[in-house]
Amino acid sequence: MTMRRTLDFLLNDWLDVSTLTTRPRFADHSAETFTAVLDVSERIAREKFAPYNRLVDTEEPSFDGTRVMLPQATLDATRAYAEAGLRSAGHDYALGGMQLPYVMEVALRSFFLQASIAIDGYTMLTAAGASLIVAHGTKHQIDAFARPELDGRFMGTMCLSEPQAGSSLSDIETQAVPDGDDFAADDLGPRYRLKGSKMWISAGEHDLAQNIIHLVLAKIRGLDGKVVPGAKGISLFIVPKMLVDANGHLTGERNDAAIVGLNHKLGYRGTVNTLLNFGEGKFPVRAPSGFDGRGAGAIAYLIGKPGEGLQRMFHMMNEARIQVGLGATMLGCAGYEASLDYAQTRLQGRPSGPEGKDPTAPQRPIIEHADVRRMLLAQKAYCEGALALSLYCARLVDEKATGDPVLAADAALLLELLTPIAKSWPSEWCLEANSLAIQIHGGYGYTRDFPVEQYWRDNRLNMIHEGAHGIHSQDLLGRKVRMEEGRALAILGGRIAETVRLARQHDVLIRDTDALTTAFATLQSATATAWEGGDREVALRNSVPYMQAFGHVVIAWLWLDVARVTVERLGQSGDIAFLRGKLHAKRYFFRYELPRVDAWLKPVCERDDTFSDMDTAWF
Amino acid sequence: MKILVPVKRVVDYNVKVRVKSDQTGMETANVKMSANPFDEIAIEEAVRLREAGIATEVIAISCGVTACQETLRTALAIGADRAILVETDAELQPLAVAKILKAIADKEGPGLIIAGKQAIDDDSNQTGQMTAALLGWPQATFASKVTIADGKAQVTREVDGGLETLSINLPAVITTDLRLNEPRYATLPNIMKAKKKPFEIIKVADLGVDITPRLKTIKVSEPPKRTAGVMVPDVATLVAKLRSEAKVI
Repeated sequence: MTMRRTLDFLLNDWLDVSTLTTRPRFADHSAETFTAVLDVSERIAREKFAPYNRLVDTEEPSFDGTRVMLPQATLDATRAYAEAGLRSAGHDYALGGMQLPYVMEVALRSFFLQASIAIDGYTMLTAAGASLIVAHGTKHQIDAFARPELDGRFMGTMCLSEPQAGSSLSDIETQAVPDGDDFAADDLGPRYRLKGSKMWISAGEHDLAQNIIHLVLAKIRGLDGKVVPGAKGISLFIVPKMLVDANGHLTGERNDAAIVGLNHKLGYRGTVNTLLNFGEGKFPVRAPSGFDGRGAGAIAYLIGKPGEGLQRMFHMMNEARIQVGLGATMLGCAGYEASLDYAQTRLQGRPSGPEGKDPTAPQRPIIEHADVRRMLLAQKAYCEGALALSLYCARLVDEKATGDPVLAADAALLLELLTPIAKSWPSEWCLEANSLAIQIHGGYGYTRDFPVEQYWRDNRLNMIHEGAHGIHSQDLLGRKVRMEEGRALAILGGRIAETVRLARQHDVLIRDTDALTTAFATLQSATATAWEGGDREVALRNSVPYMQAFGHVVIAWLWLDVARVTVERLGQSGDIAFLRGKLHAKRYFFRYELPRVDAWLKPVCERDDTFSDMDTAWF
Repeated sequence: MKILVPVKRVVDYNVKVRVKSDQTGMETANVKMSANPFDEIAIEEAVRLREAGIATEVIAISCGVTACQETLRTALAIGADRAILVETDAELQPLAVAKILKAIADKEGPGLIIAGKQAIDDDSNQTGQMTAALLGWPQATFASKVTIADGKAQVTREVDGGLETLSINLPAVITTDLRLNEPRYATLPNIMKAKKKPFEIIKVADLGVDITPRLKTIKVSEPPKRTAGVMVPDVATLVAKLRSEAKVI
């Protein structure tokens, strides 16, 4: 059974997405168009992405000093994706989009992320970049840069980190200066010249598209030659690899943005990762202007106002983070499906009891061993729970954008709270799922003859990029649970209480409702205890175990809510095995996973200082 | 010229099919269904002929249960102009479908029927041929290339010994082989447009054709499981085993 069944169940039976079609923005849609969009996405993923996932790993990108070489399959796959109109799926009709609800966009993206997350990387970055320009750019910027990204001609990147500044973006050193006296008069926005290095730039150089639109964070140098220190000094720029006119047509001028080299990664190898130098003078442009009077300096167009860069960039990050979590989830699903298939066909061992004593008796499939079932059930509970989380958060994005104002405000706040979980929980636990998938394969899983080792390698990135694990835990405990006097946490509590109320109508779920209520109460008290005295350094010292506990409570809640719907469907017949599987995964989660919450919260509640007490010299 | 393209709803090619426990057929409950791949090739070919200005309208037709509407929407999203569903819950065998297609062809007067050479569920490979016979039209099956000019179709067919090229008068029936074309993916804008295209539902009873099954399925069972291979010490043993056990020489 593939994940499609579960996806359909979560979308239709649990989230009831067809109700969205009553809203004006989605009025042209119906359950039928939703299904058709999923069908075509599943098919393109199956035919153009999945067969090449191993190829793009073994034939990783190479760089000859001028060009980056990628397999043909990457071009074919990304092109098929764009030609089907998928890049603009969620955008307005006026932009050539289909006004698809975000929850459906996330659902369709799941197929590509499972089929080949590395091929998908180019598309994911392009979509994120285009969305940012659409949200914050001027009309000219949208026409010249975002439209060609949406219709398939251009691709995009996000340039945040530098070799010396990753998690601490306030320390970036890339600088921008106005490009000539008429810099403010350009149709494409205030024009600057940029100079600096950007590290970890995925899709930073390739020939998959006519042009690459870099979105770059840099600091504007004032007339005094200084920059504003810290995050307030950061501005956001559009830096096209090839310069364009107001309609997005190439002018033929190569911008001064040069690839220095490639990073050679553990996984995710099909997405080329680069170090870029902006403005070093390798490609002088529009001389005699430029830093040296000979055209050095990457031509860049400001988005928004100076100093708003980080804010603009992170506006779009919530959605990007849901998709990072979804990517982790779908890699988990890929490993689950592979190891389930293996466990059903691999014969090894005999029953432990007397009937297993006969060495001539046939061996049994390893799925019949309790420990293998444990590992499969854990994967199922992690991956399907994470998928529910991704879809729930995506549904909140729709509620925020198109819901009734009061509900929309609540949804926005809850989304803020859940975003660190949506990104971090799948990154941690679906990676664990991949590890279990390898374990089920035994020695074979450790070889490159089976796909599971690649899933693990590809997934290992997700705890690192788009905000490292620790950073999200600080965001959660340091900011999200406290914003608006804890209102977001209170909204979450309200939703949990509502699920508990509904679930209590089913006798089989009552025990779980008690466990969830207790776990949430412990979480609330741990939150308060952590912040006693109000010292941030003290409060945050156990933020990672706090986030782990928080995530497990959220997933338990979602599992209970899914189980509530499952029990109702069981009463109406349907696919019994499918529904029983859902309830059993929920049971595993409540019996084996939720109890961990107490262990994680104990050091938080006791304000344990083991880490701060450890002297650096003692390591 | 109108082109009529029959489209069958079948178990998706990616599904591992299972035999029903009572051996009456294949398990189709909760199984993903989609358009027969050969029929998608037929739709693609018809749409290309319309895009080339040779055809004026592509009509997709399906016979079967209400859910066949989804399959027809797929055909509309690929580019068919309108759809007809001949609705029935009854079992339809190739002859019944051929009779329905004849009835619809009599009504619509297409210059060409392009059908898949067979459906991937029962692999009958009969409907196209029977339809041509009932209509009294020429037929060219297993097409790998189709050219239309001067009221004739020139069709390259894949036959056992290689390629055969026929010239047939229109109206005619052509059935598609795998290499005729690579069907396009439906695009999102076309999925939306498909919703607004004309869609007619006809009850099979209103066509006045006899769809009574002529064949009875006695039993459906899985092929025998493949047994493990053995290593033989020498050629002599191999030959002996091929003769006495496998009985192939």
